[in-house]
Amino acid sequence: MNVALRKKIQANPKYRDLVARRMRLAWLLSALMVVIYYGYILAVALMPQQMGAPVVEGGVTSLGFPAGVGVIVFAILLTGVYVFQANRRFDGLIREIVEETR
Amino acid sequence: MRRLSLTIAAAAAAFPATAWAAGALEGAVTKQATNVTAIVMFFVFVLATLGLTWWAARRTRSAADFYTAGGGITGFQNGLAIAGDYMSAASFLGIVALVYTSGYDGLIYSVGVLAGWPIILFLIAEPLRNLGRFSFVDVLSQRLNERPIRLFAACSSLTVVAFYLIAQMVGAGQLIQLLFGLDYIYAVVLVGILMILYVTFGGMLATTWVQITKAILLLLGASFMAFSVLMAFGFSLDALFTRAIEIKGSNRIMMPGNFVKDPWQTVSLGLALMFGTAGLPHIMMRFFTVADQQAARKSVFVATGFIGYFYILTFIIGFGAIVMIAGNDSYLLRNAEGVVTGLRGGGNMAAIHLAHAIGGDLFLGFISAVAFATILAVVSGLTLSGATTVSYDLYSRLIRKGRADERAEMRVSRIATITLGVVAVGLGILFEKQNIAFMVGLAFAIAASANFPVLILSMFWRGLTTRGAVAGGVAGLVTAVGLTILGPGIWVKVLGFTTPIITWDTPALISMPVAFAVTWLVSRLDGSVDRAAADEVFEDQFVRSQTGIGVAAAQSH
Repeated sequence: MNVALRKKIQANPKYRDLVARRMRLAWLLSALMVVIYYGYILAVALMPQQMGAPVVEGGVTSLGFPAGVGVIVFAILLTGVYVFQANRRFDGLIREIVEETR
Repeated sequence: MRRLSLTIAAAAAAFPATAWAAGALEGAVTKQATNVTAIVMFFVFVLATLGLTWWAARRTRSAADFYTAGGGITGFQNGLAIAGDYMSAASFLGIVALVYTSGYDGLIYSVGVLAGWPIILFLIAEPLRNLGRFSFVDVLSQRLNERPIRLFAACSSLTVVAFYLIAQMVGAGQLIQLLFGLDYIYAVVLVGILMILYVTFGGMLATTWVQITKAILLLLGASFMAFSVLMAFGFSLDALFTRAIEIKGSNRIMMPGNFVKDPWQTVSLGLALMFGTAGLPHIMMRFFTVADQQAARKSVFVATGFIGYFYILTFIIGFGAIVMIAGNDSYLLRNAEGVVTGLRGGGNMAAIHLAHAIGGDLFLGFISAVAFATILAVVSGLTLSGATTVSYDLYSRLIRKGRADERAEMRVSRIATITLGVVAVGLGILFEKQNIAFMVGLAFAIAASANFPVLILSMFWRGLTTRGAVAGGVAGLVTAVGLTILGPGIWVKVLGFTTPIITWDTPALISMPVAFAVTWLVSRLDGSVDRAAADEVFEDQFVRSQTGIGVAAAQSH
């Protein structure tokens, strides 16, 4: 890539918009995933009794079950959020940036 | 035989972290009686995959075809193949066995292996696709001085692949002995030969389709098992758990057990699993098989969905094993007093026995054949990634400085595949009696401590220099390996000392920060770099990683 072309892309407001949005979303979702996962690990490690308690009075399914499955489902949902946002916003911006640099 | 009874539980109790890391295949294994249905199904599968390889071989002409299937895999197909890479036989049989013996702990493991995938999507997948061509080392060598960084990354990649491959080969040999009643050595040699055939002739295309076929079969088989278990209890989880508690005689299985004893080690292992996934060469390689960043993105989403679904199934299957195997003496071992001491064939047979309880010999054969297919697919992917490192990173880029003749490069890649296959078989036989759990843990720890920090910093940190990257990567590698050697897994069990110098089996909590700190410090103090010029290169790379502009020229295939 030559310098002029790169400077042109970097000056494009759409490129700045793309980078700002994508970086914000990517780091935010990553932080969320780390917090949820380690929250779960710490809960399991430090409060095993509470995690082993039944969800409903009289039942046997323990709190840890929906918690663990919840983390898995949450992880899938987060990737879904990213893909949805990326398809809806980022791809359009990238296409426009590429066209405008031609 | 009696020792087999609680292999997983014992291993998990003694070394919670490593047992967790390997997910499986602990302890001794007994050879099973020859299983005819399983062998017939297995031959059908092998013939089908060899047909696939023959088809793929005619389409594998260039080096790009060999390394990345010419970039012609779709996002969905690649997602299935990634899921296939991750749903190994060890994790299927191992997690089911872990749930069978310890109950809830199996779910903690499942959550851990899934948690890294969103991070890969958010931070790694798209820049990786935009910046790399055949291997993740391409990304590093754009900003950094190519020779030292490729040499370092090739070494650390081969180390990771080697440890992972040994663990898979040993697991494979034990499993086949278990499932088909074949001798260990024959089993390992058979796996080696088939894997060499797939990779040498079919390259990435055959490897990918073997992976996809096996992922679909495994998902179908596991779905059917979980469905049958739930149906038997009127689709009430509470009813299933109640019966399981009755059989086990305690509700201990509903709460976290082994991981509680050492929270820090659990956190350390969580780090290795979460970030190690993003540093595994055979996983990163998969992102170059798709056309663009959109497809790379889609493939992680598909993979995360399938992997998550699969691991939830294994939990239900594990509880199914508790309730459906119990009381049936064709699956259980009893001592002289009639007390149940374990499972026939060892703890890892829980899923296999359940398959028999659900669908008789036919379904047992199916699940056994799928488990074998799984091993073949995973070792093929690993071998291909090792061969790519040798022929592309080392031969073509380093020795021939990018001017290698394509035919010669292809020849090197095939020689590398055969060599790796032979070495893997040799090491598999050599390590037969060793505890393989720590090797998988070590592979993840090295990937998280040597590959991941360098990769992510090269993508996002302007200040990174070649010296910083190599120093930090080597520091991560040495710390991870060193701490593992001083830990209980090697210092006590292999070297025979009485007390470990370090009580942890999982070094990532220490070795990852060491890698980042050394990279940062050496980069900051590095006086050999023209900062202004380095800045220009970084800006260039960053624009490309975001937009994909300039990638089209790089992927001429």
